[in-house]
Amino acid sequence: AQCFEFPLPCYSSPISFSFINHLVDFSYVGIDAILEQMRRKAMKQGFELNIMVVGQSGLGKSTLMNTLFKSKVSRKSVLATSQEKIPKTIEIKSISHDIEEKGVRMKLTVIDTPGFGDQINNENCWQPIMKFINDQYEAYLQEEININRKKRIPDSRVHCCIYFIPPTGHCLRPLDVEFMKRLSKVVNIVPVIAKADTLTLEERDFFKKKIREELRSNGIDVYPQKEFDEDAEDRMINEKIREMIPFAVVGSDQEYQVNGRRLLGRKTKWGTIEVENIAHCEFAYLRDLLIRTHMQNIKDITSSIHYEMYRVRRLNESNTAVTQANGIPEHHLSAHEM
Amino acid sequence: MQEPQQQHQDHGGHEADRENEGQDHPHTPSYLRPPVAGRAQSDSGSEPSLTQSKCVEFDLPSPVSPSRPKSPWSLFDPYDNNEDKEYVGFATLPNQVHRKSVKKGFDFTLMVAGESGLGKSTLVNSLFLTDLYKDRKLLNAEERITQTVEITKHTVDIEEKGVKLKLTIVDTPGFGDAIDNTECWKSVADYIDQQFEQYFRDESGLNRKNIQDNRVHCCLYFISPFGHGLRPLDVEFMKALHEKVNIVPVLAKADTLTPTEVQKKKIKIREEIEQYGIKIYQFPDCDSDEDEEFKQQDLELKESIPFAVIGSNTVVEAKGKRVRGRLYPWGIVEVENSAHCDFVKLRNMLVRTHMQDLKDVTRETHYENYRAQCIQSMTRMVVKERNRNKLTRESGTDFPIPMGPAVSESETEKLIREKDEEDIMQTVPETLINKVKKQFLC
Repeated sequence: AQCFEFPLPCYSSPISFSFINHLVDFSYVGIDAILEQMRRKAMKQGFELNIMVVGQSGLGKSTLMNTLFKSKVSRKSVLATSQEKIPKTIEIKSISHDIEEKGVRMKLTVIDTPGFGDQINNENCWQPIMKFINDQYEAYLQEEININRKKRIPDSRVHCCIYFIPPTGHCLRPLDVEFMKRLSKVVNIVPVIAKADTLTLEERDFFKKKIREELRSNGIDVYPQKEFDEDAEDRMINEKIREMIPFAVVGSDQEYQVNGRRLLGRKTKWGTIEVENIAHCEFAYLRDLLIRTHMQNIKDITSSIHYEMYRVRRLNESNTAVTQANGIPEHHLSAHEM
Repeated sequence: MQEPQQQHQDHGGHEADRENEGQDHPHTPSYLRPPVAGRAQSDSGSEPSLTQSKCVEFDLPSPVSPSRPKSPWSLFDPYDNNEDKEYVGFATLPNQVHRKSVKKGFDFTLMVAGESGLGKSTLVNSLFLTDLYKDRKLLNAEERITQTVEITKHTVDIEEKGVKLKLTIVDTPGFGDAIDNTECWKSVADYIDQQFEQYFRDESGLNRKNIQDNRVHCCLYFISPFGHGLRPLDVEFMKALHEKVNIVPVLAKADTLTPTEVQKKKIKIREEIEQYGIKIYQFPDCDSDEDEEFKQQDLELKESIPFAVIGSNTVVEAKGKRVRGRLYPWGIVEVENSAHCDFVKLRNMLVRTHMQDLKDVTRETHYENYRAQCIQSMTRMVVKERNRNKLTRESGTDFPIPMGPAVSESETEKLIREKDEEDIMQTVPETLINKVKKQFLC
């Protein structure tokens, strides 16, 4: 049953019965109904999303999460800590919430990393984070190779890591480069310029250009990665995004009255910064990217590329550990292997 | 930082922006809109009729390319009015998921089994409006004596409203045709197992990017209308396969039966299915929050098993009406008339309502059973090998070698072996998978 219609020959014959041996008329089988079936199933099951936020303390990570999801989902809102103490080592704190909108249910997990980049000596501060990410892959792998598998393996893998760049206005710091270089190989990194209300538009554009150059020259592939564009359509959309990252964001969970409307913003003596106004900051772009258009894509890349790479590496590892037959040392798989 | 003079301008710009945002496709991500005020019309590509009714067919957001084909996703955008500002926005997730599936397309493998001449090919052609069998040659009786049961595959790509389906029909010519039909289902069972095995290999392998799913999602088993219910061959076949594939029994050539006869046969067949412990495909139960109509339909569906079907590839005309059917001197049997047969019910079930569930059950139940059994038998071999090595003190390989018939073991030996297997299965599933992998990939 193809999607075109043949004009039917007119058969008004005086004979009551006649044969036509061509299935042109009733050519609708109803295959598109499978979309509805899938949709119902998806709605029933709900979705999962795990976002990690990384950056020095005071860059507005928790506030940004709250702003993104319009509710108190961050660690700070959930754990009642009156003091803001910088922990001595990097901690990984996961908080999960079930949120629902228009019938779609989502289990959102925000993974915070207090202590990152705050020490005097920040050597290897990315290690606990990498370990956490790999641990999640490992947990998923174990479930997957289990003999009696769950119908739906709980997904705790980090889908997206938002990296907060302090708004220095100059260029990336060595810590930023080192972190992103390593982590971009195992997780989707979305860099953002934090607290962007300290930059003028010119300063912002200059900073962004500089950052993009540095990312390029250091071979850091942030999301959306060029090599994972599926087709021309994706490429077109993603190119536009790549020309705009990192998004310069401002977060807020306070509402102010502006021109008769209540908006999220930051009120200062010289004006009110409206978080969702794209003339003021790029929060709306970040939100649209992460939530409204690319959320599924972010999850897909995590599961079909980052996770698969981890899996291959692990399977090869245990292979050589078990047999040691051929004496070939474990080779490091490059990011382009698959 | 904003200077005081700019304050009003900024607000002005902000106002225009808001207005335009309101008029636009609320779903369009902001970075794809040109950041200039007053361009509501030039927003090419997104549906111009957006602000109208809800159930319009939608373009997925991409204002940059005006010539994009229409999306088959014709459910309305969850954020179809200006209050979308209040929402976070993730209710578009189902749309995002399905966009990908639509791009990829779907696949479905249907097996048809039953004796020759029960109308299997015609029914398949009628169901999917294809002509898969036009070049086949029917064998005569002598040729059929030496025929064994073949397994043939036909694949056809169907597209409707932008949705692509790769349909594979697995046929079993020769089934039940010989004089001695003992174990004629074996090749069918083997075929199904082979597909599972192939999938298991692929899934355990290193490169999982483009795994082809050839597992059989549903088996239509044709029951002859000429008997008194199930025949021994029917029972044996279904029992051999009910734990490998979703069996949907079908009462073939139902136009040889009157309505009463059909009812009686259905009841008899259902009783026998229960009596012999045959596990046919079960329709999932309705949720309590489904509407009444849906529940009613679901109930009717469950009570129609086995589906009494009639197939036809020809369109006949009667009194100005054109129908697909079979022309007899005493009247016309209309295939798509639910008073005449259950064809519509079967097609709706197979294609429009339960296709996804059939695939899910195959994947979550039948395949998982196969996989668990497979791993278990591998474990068994590993344990045996280990024990053999212990006895002979040879440094044998870890590699499970298929062995000859096992030496008979005592009760205690059996318990020890089972305990070993359990231990292995719990502690080292991973190395086991490696062995599986090695065995398959060598």
